[in-house]
Amino acid sequence: MALWLDTLVVLIILTNLKLLGSSRLRACIQVVAFQGILLSLVPMLAGAGHLTPRIVALALLTMTVKGVIFPWLLLRVLRTANVHREMEPFVSYTTSILVGVGLLAASVWMGRQLPLPVPSQSPLVVPLALFNTMVGLFVLVSRRKALTQVLGYLVMENGIYAFGLAFALEEPLLVELGTLLDVFMAVFIMGIMIFHINRELDHIDTDRLSVLKD
Amino acid sequence: MILTLVLLPLLAGLAAFFLRHDGARRALLLLTAMGHSCLTALAWVQRPPAALDDWLLLDAPGLLFLSVTSGLFLMISIYALGYLRREDWGRREDFEEGFLFTNAREPSFTGCLLIFLGMMTLVTVSQHFGLLWVAVEATTLASAPLIYFHRHSRSLEATWKYIMICSVGIALALLGNFFLAVASTLGEREHVPLLLASLVGRAQSLHVLWFKAAFIFLLVGYGTKMGLAPMHTWLPDAHSESPSLVSALLSGALLNCAFLAIFRVQQVAVAAGEGQFGRDLLLGFGLLSMAVAAAFIVRQANFKRLLAYSSVEHMGILSLAMGLGGKADFGAMLHLVNHSLTKGMLFLVAGNILSFYRSKSTADVQGVTRMLPISGVLWVAGFFAITGSPPFGTFMSELVILKSALDQGRTVVAVAYLAILCVVFVGMGAIVLRMAQGMPRESAENSSGLREGAARLALSPWPGGESGLSFFPPMLLGAAALLLGLYVPPPLWRILGEAAQAVGVQ
Repeated sequence: MALWLDTLVVLIILTNLKLLGSSRLRACIQVVAFQGILLSLVPMLAGAGHLTPRIVALALLTMTVKGVIFPWLLLRVLRTANVHREMEPFVSYTTSILVGVGLLAASVWMGRQLPLPVPSQSPLVVPLALFNTMVGLFVLVSRRKALTQVLGYLVMENGIYAFGLAFALEEPLLVELGTLLDVFMAVFIMGIMIFHINRELDHIDTDRLSVLKD
Repeated sequence: MILTLVLLPLLAGLAAFFLRHDGARRALLLLTAMGHSCLTALAWVQRPPAALDDWLLLDAPGLLFLSVTSGLFLMISIYALGYLRREDWGRREDFEEGFLFTNAREPSFTGCLLIFLGMMTLVTVSQHFGLLWVAVEATTLASAPLIYFHRHSRSLEATWKYIMICSVGIALALLGNFFLAVASTLGEREHVPLLLASLVGRAQSLHVLWFKAAFIFLLVGYGTKMGLAPMHTWLPDAHSESPSLVSALLSGALLNCAFLAIFRVQQVAVAAGEGQFGRDLLLGFGLLSMAVAAAFIVRQANFKRLLAYSSVEHMGILSLAMGLGGKADFGAMLHLVNHSLTKGMLFLVAGNILSFYRSKSTADVQGVTRMLPISGVLWVAGFFAITGSPPFGTFMSELVILKSALDQGRTVVAVAYLAILCVVFVGMGAIVLRMAQGMPRESAENSSGLREGAARLALSPWPGGESGLSFFPPMLLGAAALLLGLYVPPPLWRILGEAAQAVGVQ
């Protein structure tokens, strides 16, 4: 089990690096969707073989929301906005990947500073959560398109969610469902906002949303 | 009873989406607000029993925050009756940049407003940290469409920043929640449940390092929502672009909800013996927020942004007061009530000024007391109230906080606190008084607006022709803020003390 979990964690890390190096928005959305599907498998493996109906239901729900609904929604937004590439990000793709590797090292180091009070299935889950959070934040600040920023938010949320799935297994179902519903609504509203931004301004470049200032 | 409190506005909100008749929908808004206030008032007489396995419970801090939210919402729903009636629902010209825009549909506006109230209620009664998080994030989502009420590019920008920055902040708070779950692990598969009472009760067994990490993430996450510098950047944009009644609600109720979340974490920190760790962080964020806000207030050219930065300043004061601890905790609770009342009043008056002058620029707006006698007086009174002048309530609460700082021998903090308050007083005074005095300037841009406004107002029976619905709510809020400066009713005093006790040193 531990081996499978480790494999999963490594795959999620790779999807992050792929995201940092892609310019095509369609590919970015697909990478994040794939990451969502990988993520939904985490609770099945972290539960040390106890496959309760609750865990399976949660995994299926996560898979549906993150692996099917989000990419469908975002691809739809992409079509209406008629934008295909992230042109001239603030940080180039090569540099982004290098930054990603640096962040990975940093998160492994930080994970070591926070020893878990309980033995866990995989020593990589804390670094993974930190890495995803930092990659998400990095994408948020280094890319121009509103759509890529939503992906950054999703990646960040994925990391936090992975941490929650792996450790807070005793979390009541109500909270898990509430969290998922909130994230779903957030992405849904962000999608609608991008739609409006595109209709109103004919672009989805967030750096050009700069009328309001002091 | 607690469930009714949460469900009433939620169901009414859903109904409002489908009600076609304008009059019926507005009546629903007002009736729901009144029902909610009545239920809240009942909770003062007899504290309702816990619901959902102790997940929902009204303790003293919860009741305090709930009452502020409910009272403010009632005033705002009365104001909304007038506002929704006088809004032009067709295509119309933007007065700043001249393009055409429309409003969002009224049913969705009213619906979101009520759901927003329901979610804020849920925040105040949540005892489980997971549920608290869900509720706080839901308030962001319910209020985003409210900010994008006037559908134009500026409000779009404000909404985008609001939803992105707050969602990211709240996501960090979620990580903090999970860290808290790790900190509360007892053994192989055993947890202290993330309920406030059980965490406080067994706080000694929390894992200290993980708890500190959790505290930082929760503080930064909820602090983003509360508008603490340097995470406050969404706040002035959202407050200046949303309709004034929404700004009043954001400032007077939503920021408090985020503050309550931080308050809950601090409750656990105190019980775990890490109170000082939390207080030091809160003190730092508080002073920084006050200083940043003061810097932007002094040279502000937009009066709604001015009020927004004033909110950042007051959230800073709350954070600083919690950071001082001791008597200042009581000051923080009192200040929170005062700030909500006063800021609600100021934003509503700002809405009246805005609809008359059709400009948010402090340079364009002059002679408010002459053109709008009642709003003008309220505007000036509101300025004195918000800057902590006697005899208003804010004077009392700010004094309690100052006295506590001096009693603790923290002279540097006290001096910095006083200096910033003085800078804000002078900076805001110069702007507000200049707006209140003189004669309105007839420039090419605002003359048509002025004439139209004057014609509309001439139809009303009140002095200066203002509409009763637009000045009674802020007047009542102002009166309450004044009353709290002269006399704090004993039941309120008791609740304030009980709430302050929750984060007091044990």
